Amino acid sequence: MFDKISRHLSDLREWADERFPVTAFWQDHLVKYYAPKNLNFWYFFGSLAFLVLVLQIVTGIFLTMNYKPDAGMAFASVEYIMRDVNWGWLIRYMHSTGASFFFIVIYLHMFRALLYGSYRGPRELLWVFGMLIFVVLMAEAFMGYLLPWGQMSFWGAQVIISLFGAIPYIGDELALWIRGDFVVADATLNRFFAFHVIALPLLLIGLVLFHMIALHSVGSNNPDGIEIKKQKDENGVPLDGIPFHPYYTVKDMVGVVVFLIIFSAVIFYAPEMGGWFLEKDNFVPADPLKTPEHIAPLWYFTPFYAILRAVPDKFLGVVAMGASIVMLFLLPWLDRSPVKSVRYRGPWFKLALSTFVISFIGLAYLGTVAASPLATLFSRIFSVLYFAFFLLMPIYSKLDKTKPLPARVTEK
Amino acid sequence: MSADEVDYGRRRMLLAATAAMGGVGAVYVATPFVLSMDPSEKAKAAGAPIDVDISKLEPGQMMTVEWRGKPVWVLRRNEQMLKILPTLDKFLRDPNSDELSQQPVYTKNSYRSINPEYMVMIGICTHLGCSPTYRPEFAPPDLGPEWKGGFFCPCHGSTYDLAGRVYSGVPAPSNLVIPPHHYVSATRLLVGVDPEAV
Amino acid sequence: MKQPLFFVMFSLFTSLLSMGVVAGGNGVVLDTADIQLDDREAIQRGAKLFVNYCLNCHSASLMRYSRIARDLGMSDEEISRQLITTGAKVGETMEVVILEEDAKRWFGMAVPDLSVIARARGVDWLYTYLRSFYRDESRPWGVNNSVFKDVGMPHVLWELQGLQAPVMESHTDAQGNTSEVIRGFTLIEKGALNTAEYDAAVRDLVTFLAYLGEPSKLQRLALGKWVLLFLVGLLVLTFLLKKEYWRDIH
Repeated sequence: MFDKISRHLSDLREWADERFPVTAFWQDHLVKYYAPKNLNFWYFFGSLAFLVLVLQIVTGIFLTMNYKPDAGMAFASVEYIMRDVNWGWLIRYMHSTGASFFFIVIYLHMFRALLYGSYRGPRELLWVFGMLIFVVLMAEAFMGYLLPWGQMSFWGAQVIISLFGAIPYIGDELALWIRGDFVVADATLNRFFAFHVIALPLLLIGLVLFHMIALHSVGSNNPDGIEIKKQKDENGVPLDGIPFHPYYTVKDMVGVVVFLIIFSAVIFYAPEMGGWFLEKDNFVPADPLKTPEHIAPLWYFTPFYAILRAVPDKFLGVVAMGASIVMLFLLPWLDRSPVKSVRYRGPWFKLALSTFVISFIGLAYLGTVAASPLATLFSRIFSVLYFAFFLLMPIYSKLDKTKPLPARVTEK
Repeated sequence: MSADEVDYGRRRMLLAATAAMGGVGAVYVATPFVLSMDPSEKAKAAGAPIDVDISKLEPGQMMTVEWRGKPVWVLRRNEQMLKILPTLDKFLRDPNSDELSQQPVYTKNSYRSINPEYMVMIGICTHLGCSPTYRPEFAPPDLGPEWKGGFFCPCHGSTYDLAGRVYSGVPAPSNLVIPPHHYVSATRLLVGVDPEAV
Repeated sequence: MKQPLFFVMFSLFTSLLSMGVVAGGNGVVLDTADIQLDDREAIQRGAKLFVNYCLNCHSASLMRYSRIARDLGMSDEEISRQLITTGAKVGETMEVVILEEDAKRWFGMAVPDLSVIARARGVDWLYTYLRSFYRDESRPWGVNNSVFKDVGMPHVLWELQGLQAPVMESHTDAQGNTSEVIRGFTLIEKGALNTAEYDAAVRDLVTFLAYLGEPSKLQRLALGKWVLLFLVGLLVLTFLLKKEYWRDIH
């Protein structure tokens, strides 16, 4: 009986193959797509990012079934979901925790690229698509955070949109156009809802698709930073390559389960994460007449927020913040080293990367605290170090003493 | 790769076990999402039973209350109305309320009610959902000389008697629906809950 | 890759930062509320206090009476009898009768809804706040509060606690300026309850408010261990599966 079923299924597959690249896709992108065999821990975060994207979309759809994008009803509708909708509290926590985990995963995913030079040619476009995804993701998170319409939602949006007002000549008109009103109001909420639920997710999905097409066009980098396609066997298969399926499908599954354990631990035991994931002030409904003592963006924006505040001029602060992200786009062309991976780089790069990491984390912390002379001083120091990592890279990456590259990947 | 060392049996078993456990997990994850679409506490509260005070209802008078968004008629029938009911049986499509889905079992009788005097039914025509009009008068010009009181639906002309039973030959296929209900006391009717004994 | 020197310097920097930079707050030391969220009786007592003393002005408009009944294992009738004084139906939410214009006139502002106050302020803040009212003739209602300076709220629980007077202390700061700060309180008018009883009553009320802020918390905590247990089991299987397949790779 099973023979008959499998015969029917293969007939169905043949019928489909004549009209759609079903088997071709399976072969080209899974079974005969060769990935380096030495991918390590840092290589889990791509598939995890995709998982979180799916999670956010699914939980987001179910939240949209009950959320009301109206300034008078939004806050109450979120609590309605938390109390009156069956399992609403779980769906809400999955979505709010997922937002923070998205950024944890993405930052680790990007850090991998810094470690192993994954942004280097021929993967520059892959990196650019990734950076575009990052920028759209920040916009998506920012717009999503307005939706609960709490004090932090409202005032965070008010502050960030007023940054656009800092742009000379067009600033005020621009801010007015973005808001749709003279202050952040119902009009703003509604359009942010439209962007957050439809426009940006569609854009995100498109960019992720392009990102993966770019990846599959050149193949993955690896911790040694050498191109596995340079050494192929008589069948054209890279000597250090292994089929993505089943080896990396099965390995990524382990990554997924570990992720879900950590994810579930947070959802069930600490969804607020001490105020880092769900801010206390956001449990107070938005009040345009009352500014909270301390307005801070969510943790994943704080490094850039710290850079913004470090500059004494409002407009130049915005420029600096923008530049800090533009710097990341330029990485493939700033890096002049003959090697890709940190494993074969010299002491200058290792110093630079460590300093960069410390500065980034330092800035992240400083972005959460109230401005004070000491905090501002350190923000400035760390901002300078942050930019130095990029601006000095053409020099130190070229002058650095590198180690000889192996011909084949190493097991480390 | 040494193919002859591969234990395919072990692989198949592990694959099956993992797939099975993963499948169970998937069902557990999907369940809250599916259940979240069930009526929320707010919907359930809005659909809660309705307390109706029938003390002021005169014989021959009808009142309308709202339950779950639908009009519920409470009609206090007089002696004459009750006497006429059995005489109409031959004109009706379902005089004995054999279509069980239209009324609770405790109203499957010749009066279609718990108490012959009070008739409780949902005022929505079983044809396409309009709300019929209450026509207790005898032989009005528009309903003809044979009319002995009942309900007339203006949308497509369906007619019902004063027990909500549908006449034959009209578009509506079934008797008017009777909601779950019971009498808490002689003057209080609770719509939406069956009597305890049921 | 790691430079030990930098990590030492980094920890120095951060410790300097934490000395100089105070993350919010006005320096008020809060007492620990020490609530037991799974104590149903405490929540019930707290609910009664809430309905009697708070619900006149403060709504909890995101919470249904029927939900409280279900979570506390009581029937709809019991909840109606014990908690509903406004003639509301059991499926309705905890609304107030006070009008916003009246509130603005009497208190200077609209009275905030308390549904999620425990999540916004924290239980320790609420516990300390409700026990920190003291007599202040200069205020409209004759009381002030050491946790929430110049608060517009009267001391609704005065008949239980009584009335306190502040015990002041001189405090000189780093710049050499002296100011008077409140060190504690003394009772100048007795209430129906003594200090220990009042503290217990406030603890009950705060327990209720904590429950009110997140009614599904106990369910979430209970479910968590099963989810994690399942996932750990799944992890074992997926790990064995991975190891089995990767035996091919050398």
